[in-house]
Amino acid sequence: MNKTKTRIPTGQSIADGSLPSRRSFLATSAAVVATWMAADWHAIADAGEYAQLARQSARVGGAVNLAVFTDAQVAELEAMVSQIIPSDETPGAREAGVVYFIDRSVATFASASRERYLQGFEELQKKTLEMFPGSSKFSALNPAQQIQLLTDIETTPFFKTVRDHTVIGMFASPQHGGNYRKAGWKLIGFDDTLNFTPPFGYYDQRQT
Amino acid sequence: MKQFAPNTEVDFVVIGSGAAGAVMAKELAVAGFSVVVLEQGGWGAYGHEQDYIKDELLHLYSQDPVNRLMSDPNRQRNTFRRSDKEKALPGTHSYGCVVGGGTVTYGASSWRHLPYEFAEATHEGTIAGSGLSDWPISYDELEPYYTKAEWQIGISGRRLDSPLFSPMSKDYPVPPLPQKSSGALFRIAAAKLNLTVVPNVAAIITRPYQGRPACINCGMCGGYGCQVKAKSSSAVTLLPAAVATGRCEIRVLSYVREISLARDGKVKGAIYFDAQNREIFQKAKAVVLCANGTETPRLLLLSTSNLFPEGLANSSGLVGKYLMSGNASTASGLFDRPLDEYKGAVTGAAILDFVPSDPKRGFYGGGRMTARGQESPIQFALSGTHGAPSWGAGYKTALKDQANRKLTVTSFITQLPLETNRVDLDPEVKDAWGLPAMRITTTSHPNDFKSMEFFRQKSIEILTAAGANTVWADPVTDSSGGAHSRGTCRMGNDPKASVVNKFHRAHDVPNLYIVDGSSFVTGGRNHPTMTISALAFRAADHLVRAARNGGVV
Repeated sequence: MNKTKTRIPTGQSIADGSLPSRRSFLATSAAVVATWMAADWHAIADAGEYAQLARQSARVGGAVNLAVFTDAQVAELEAMVSQIIPSDETPGAREAGVVYFIDRSVATFASASRERYLQGFEELQKKTLEMFPGSSKFSALNPAQQIQLLTDIETTPFFKTVRDHTVIGMFASPQHGGNYRKAGWKLIGFDDTLNFTPPFGYYDQRQT
Repeated sequence: MKQFAPNTEVDFVVIGSGAAGAVMAKELAVAGFSVVVLEQGGWGAYGHEQDYIKDELLHLYSQDPVNRLMSDPNRQRNTFRRSDKEKALPGTHSYGCVVGGGTVTYGASSWRHLPYEFAEATHEGTIAGSGLSDWPISYDELEPYYTKAEWQIGISGRRLDSPLFSPMSKDYPVPPLPQKSSGALFRIAAAKLNLTVVPNVAAIITRPYQGRPACINCGMCGGYGCQVKAKSSSAVTLLPAAVATGRCEIRVLSYVREISLARDGKVKGAIYFDAQNREIFQKAKAVVLCANGTETPRLLLLSTSNLFPEGLANSSGLVGKYLMSGNASTASGLFDRPLDEYKGAVTGAAILDFVPSDPKRGFYGGGRMTARGQESPIQFALSGTHGAPSWGAGYKTALKDQANRKLTVTSFITQLPLETNRVDLDPEVKDAWGLPAMRITTTSHPNDFKSMEFFRQKSIEILTAAGANTVWADPVTDSSGGAHSRGTCRMGNDPKASVVNKFHRAHDVPNLYIVDGSSFVTGGRNHPTMTISALAFRAADHLVRAARNGGVV
């Protein structure tokens, strides 16, 4: 698997408050943003509502009203996101409902990625057949096979898109459909209270 | 809010509403003059600050021109190249673009320049290949205006009586921000290495001040607007005061394309595109240009006439030149326990020992080292882990183990002004309004790479002394544009060697004032905002007097 590496591209701004982490974030995610450019505020807000409804519906065993993907595609996507942020003693992308976030994003503000997904699912099926003759579904492979296949395609635009959207769905506000019960935020110890009093962390507490 | 008809001649048109424009608008309006502020951005949350978006996804991906807070490189198009030999490619230069400008979204560091930063050519001598020069004003001349700016805007900090700290005639109006873990770690390192640590000086109030409440340490600060008005942006301090006079109109979504010149060699107003893309001419007795260190020279270069075929106020040929876009170096380390830097203001503390230049280091210049580590969740998860896989079980483990444990040392460093580094007009690319796009050409002087490397090494030393279990620093990278751009209409006494005089009046045009980062002769330690505000208060003082004496309007 590739190492995460951040590069600051030519022309990136140096703004106080955006140094360095925000700057490198913007740099790294420039490609992500490019495919999400159709976004506007209202479309993002709408997407969140739909994704929440879909997830609630799925949770009570009702029919999931998917926006873009078929049930079969969602099963493949869920298998992928589950390998990107796996479930162990803590929830992973599956429990966080990331697929609902992605489905509604692609239906609305991330619609520029739609073709990439639809084409990507076809490629995924071909790759599955090629690497594991007799299997046509990625989701039906065992975990070791799934990891082997994803490692093989991890530099493709399709995988990178799924990876970034998985991460965004996991860590964006739950109102956008993923990060169910703040699973992502709990994983990284993020408190969304937005109103803090010192001490903030271990080291300033110890020095006070 | 007072509204003026465009064909009514107002006393002043002020172009831009940021750190400089807001000061000019407020001081001129309070002094009794009529003012129209042309701001290319939208209102943001002006007057409705509680509505600022504190949602990382909405904030980062919102492309709505009315709600966004920064300029959009797809509309305010720009190109970038390292030298004249290259063809410039589409760039990502972006700056505050909303009522209040960069002061709405900035990290709010508010350092004064030090006295010697106004006379570095005298102290350092000339440096081959650079345009290092003294300012036409001294620190002592500017000091009263620093004080005025700090008290009117609302700056927190704790003065230090030391050569490492600018001398102050009056304390900061509010105490410094609370110490964060990044600051605590700086102190651990400083104790071992015998260094001087101070709280960051910031335009964020820590107790109620002038009707605004104290900072609640929400942490969504750098890049975001402040929901409680504790960040002392122009939008909650000076602009409301300007509007309250009844003599100042802020006109948003007004993209100026030209400052118009009359036959007598004086400017007579500005032509802008409104939100419906209609061209409108606002008549004025004088123009104050405060559009930032990159848009200010561009607008002058766009404003050509028979008298100024190479751009308005550009008889020196120096408009756009000596661009200093801002050098920095960074290094990061991971610690065993959580810092939780996502809470509170961006910058925790600063180490001051390497601010002065020291010939023993083998280069000119210095820098201020700041303690940071703030990452919001998506930002951290997309690209914030170190030495880990980007997906799978190892990725998840890194997310969990590294979250909130990072300290980043970011040093804000001198950059030599070079005539070849500049803003001009791209010969091919047009912006969304059909005007020639801004082209940035810049490569730092070899001296500056030495200073960046010095701070990179020093940062590693500090992180190690602070007890980091892992330390890393990418190779230094040259600067390439951004919100700290300065130097492009430098001030000076000689009209052949500068664009504005020591009071920011264009040498070539008696009723055109240019006030913002473009006026800087040298860049200081790359913390420009406080000096921009102080210069503006000083320029306004002069301009009010000149206007009352009938010399301008």
